Formats: sequence, structure tokens, C-alpha cells
Amino acid sequence: MSLLEYFIRHQREILQATVEHVWLVGVTMVLSVAIGVPLGVLVTRRPWLSKPILGGANIAETIPSLALFGFLLPVPWLGGRADRLAIAALTLYALLPIIRNTSAGIAGVDAAVREAARGMGMTEGQILFQVELPLSLSTVLAGVRVATVLTIGIATIAAAVGAGGLGEFIFRGLAMVNNQLILAGAIPAALLALGADFLLSVLERRLRPAR
Amino acid sequence: MNTEANRPSGREPVIEFRHVSYQLNGRQELINDVSFAVQRGETLVLLGRSGAGKTTALKLINRLLEPTEGDVLVEGRSTIAWDPIALRRHIGYVIQEIGLFPHFTVERNIALVPRLEGWVEDRIAPRVKELLEMVGLDAGKFARRYPHELSGGQRQRVGVARALAADPPILLMDEPFGALDPLTRGEVQREFQALERRLGKTVVIVTHHVGESLVLGTRIGLVEAGKLAGIYSPKEFLESTEPVTAAYVAYLRMHEGIEGDE
Repeated sequence: MSLLEYFIRHQREILQATVEHVWLVGVTMVLSVAIGVPLGVLVTRRPWLSKPILGGANIAETIPSLALFGFLLPVPWLGGRADRLAIAALTLYALLPIIRNTSAGIAGVDAAVREAARGMGMTEGQILFQVELPLSLSTVLAGVRVATVLTIGIATIAAAVGAGGLGEFIFRGLAMVNNQLILAGAIPAALLALGADFLLSVLERRLRPAR
Repeated sequence: MNTEANRPSGREPVIEFRHVSYQLNGRQELINDVSFAVQRGETLVLLGRSGAGKTTALKLINRLLEPTEGDVLVEGRSTIAWDPIALRRHIGYVIQEIGLFPHFTVERNIALVPRLEGWVEDRIAPRVKELLEMVGLDAGKFARRYPHELSGGQRQRVGVARALAADPPILLMDEPFGALDPLTRGEVQREFQALERRLGKTVVIVTHHVGESLVLGTRIGLVEAGKLAGIYSPKEFLESTEPVTAAYVAYLRMHEGIEGDE
């Protein structure tokens, strides 16, 4: 049986796993943007927080993913459900590029623009929302792109704690020494990553401010 | 207090420095016991070398910096007593790098302060048009452009228009024409001079160009190493025999021609 035939025969399951995968990644990205962007802004406002925040995110990044899932297992509310656990772990991974790019984007805003904004009597909030964030949008989005691609890959490991997704096929394929099964997980995951990378890079280019 | 800087006048000064010092991080003295007053409608030019403290003095007026000692008064009230946002919206501000928002069109850049101040849109559109024409730009042609689509001189004009948008009584300009080539510079200076006469704003300009200060200033304050070395009318400045002013005048005659004598 060729790979294509295998894919066609199992298209239902592959599609379902892909939907699960996209859901895991989607929720993770929403959460990590919601947490990471404010933290990135905070880092630019309180430079002394830069070490603990970026350091913390860096450490999370270095923990092997399988171990991170294990570490979170005993955490009360998280450990109770596989998808919660997976999303929490994936969010920790996705934070670093988003925090880093947000703070770098804001730090990269032309000092003259910021001074003009202050000098004309814009409040801190107006400067952030009307000047700094719009001008760093493409940099923030570059961080989101990196984080998304990363998360799509790591989310396959979420299957190890029973959170579903395309990793299911990979783990099953490994256990059964079945390459077709492994590829049924790996190929859609790779395509998802490529697709997300492409779409987000198009968006990033559109939002890049003109010089 | 009875120095030339505090020449007695019947009118209330719009900007007044009273023994102002400013130290960076409590150590480096950037402004050292400076006192002067600017009357309504006057244009004071702060002239001096790079690093003399001119820009620092300017930023003390719109409270981008706060004095370490002494008081800076705007319309009789210490800048510390002003709400900083209200103070800054009361004062137009033009910097050398201009700082136009690259993601805003010319129209949105100019309308920034009016919008922050909550003007109704019906009032904003004619105001932007009026301002663009005032600084010599065709509104139909430029309002929708982005800053990167403008030449240096055009950007400078938009920067001035933006500072004047909400009709502030005070205008601060830091090396406003510094980045322009000499021909454009002269052109923009002359236009600004005419504009200044018409609008009657109280203006403080920082520059290191002697010619510019003689053309634009009703008085010239010479800043040397954080201190105010003296305040002169353009005529007094040209005739002064003090070593520093004489050096500037000699330089002017040599390098900038007699442009300053106009």
C-alpha cells in the first residue's frame, strides 16, 4: 500500500488529529500573545525586570519538552486534563520569542519619534498604543511566527500525555515500527508549520512600516 | 537678579528661568544657575556650542526634564505645578530629527494634537489645509503622503505645521533647520521668519548657527558650558567686543558671509 493510499484511507482520522493539533496550537498562541506582549512591554518600562522575565522565559525554553510535560503533571488544576497540561507547557515555550520581539520592537522605535510624541503631550498610554505598538507590530509578529512554528513542532509531543493531535500517529508509529503511521503525523505537522510560516510572513511584510 | 537677563518689563514674562540648575544623575551639571525671561511675542535664540546645555534648557521648558534647583515658570506658574500633559499641549515643539510618525500620513501627523484635544473632525480638515498652506505645501498634494515620501525640507515644514496645529502660544524649536542644505535652510528660515511675525508666538530656538540666530532672534542668549553668558539684541551681538561674541561674529563674517546683517 502506497503512502498516498494510506493517507486516503485514513483521511478521517488524520483530519481529526490535524484539527486537534490546530486547536492546541491556536489556544497556545492566543494565550502566549496575551501574556507575552504585556510582559514584553513591561520589560521596556521597568528595565530591572528584564533579567528575571527574559531569564525565566529562557529557562522554560531550555527544559526538554517531554520533561516539562512531566513537571506540570502534579500541578493541581493543570494536571487534571491532558489538553490543559499541554497548552500550559506549550505556552511556556512560546513566550520567549514573543516577549523578546515585543521588547526589541519597542526599543527599536526611533528615539526622535518617541521624544516628539512626549513633547506634544501624548500620555504614556497614547504613546504605547498609537506609536510604539503600531511601529513594532511587524517585529512582534516575527516573534509570533517563530513561536507558532516552534509550537506546531513541540505540540506533537503533547500526545505523550494524551492531549491528542498529530503526535498520536507518531508515537503509535514509533511503538509499532510503522513508518507510514509516523509519516501520517509528521507530514501534516510539517505542512502546518510551513503554511503558518508562510501566512504569517506575508502578514509581517504587510505590517512593516515604510521607511 | 538685576542682570541683563532680567531686564525689567511692564509685561508678565511668558517663560522665566529663576536660578535654574540641572544635574544629570545628581552629578554632572548641565545647566548652572541660569536666569532669564522671555516676553510675549519675543523670539529668543539660545546660541552655543554642542553640549553647552541649550537643548537641556529647552527641555526644561516643556518639562521633558525637571530642574534640580530653581524654578522654570511658564505663564507665571512653575512647570512642576503644571500638569505635564496640559503644559506640553500648550507648547509647540519641533526637534532637529523632526520625529514625524512614519506610520501616519502628513494629515494625521499634523492633526495629532487637535485630535488628542478632542476637536471635532469638521474643524480638523480645514485646519490641516490651512497649516499646510501656511508652511508652503499644497494640501491636495501632500496631505495623504507618508513622511518617507517627502524631502528633508518638506518634512521640516510638516514638523513646524504639526507644532502649530492646536495654535499653542509658545513654540520651542531645537535646531529646527539643522538637517537642511544651505539653500533650503535659508528658504525655510525666511518663511519661518515671516510666519513668526504674522503669528506673534513666543518662540525659543536652539541653534549653533550664528547667522540663523541673527536672522530669527529678537534676542540672542549665548550659552557657554551650562551658563548663560549674556543676552543680546542682534545689533548688540554684532557690536559686542566680548571675546566670545566677537569670535562668533568673526566666524560669521568669514564663513557665513554677511547674511546675518540683513
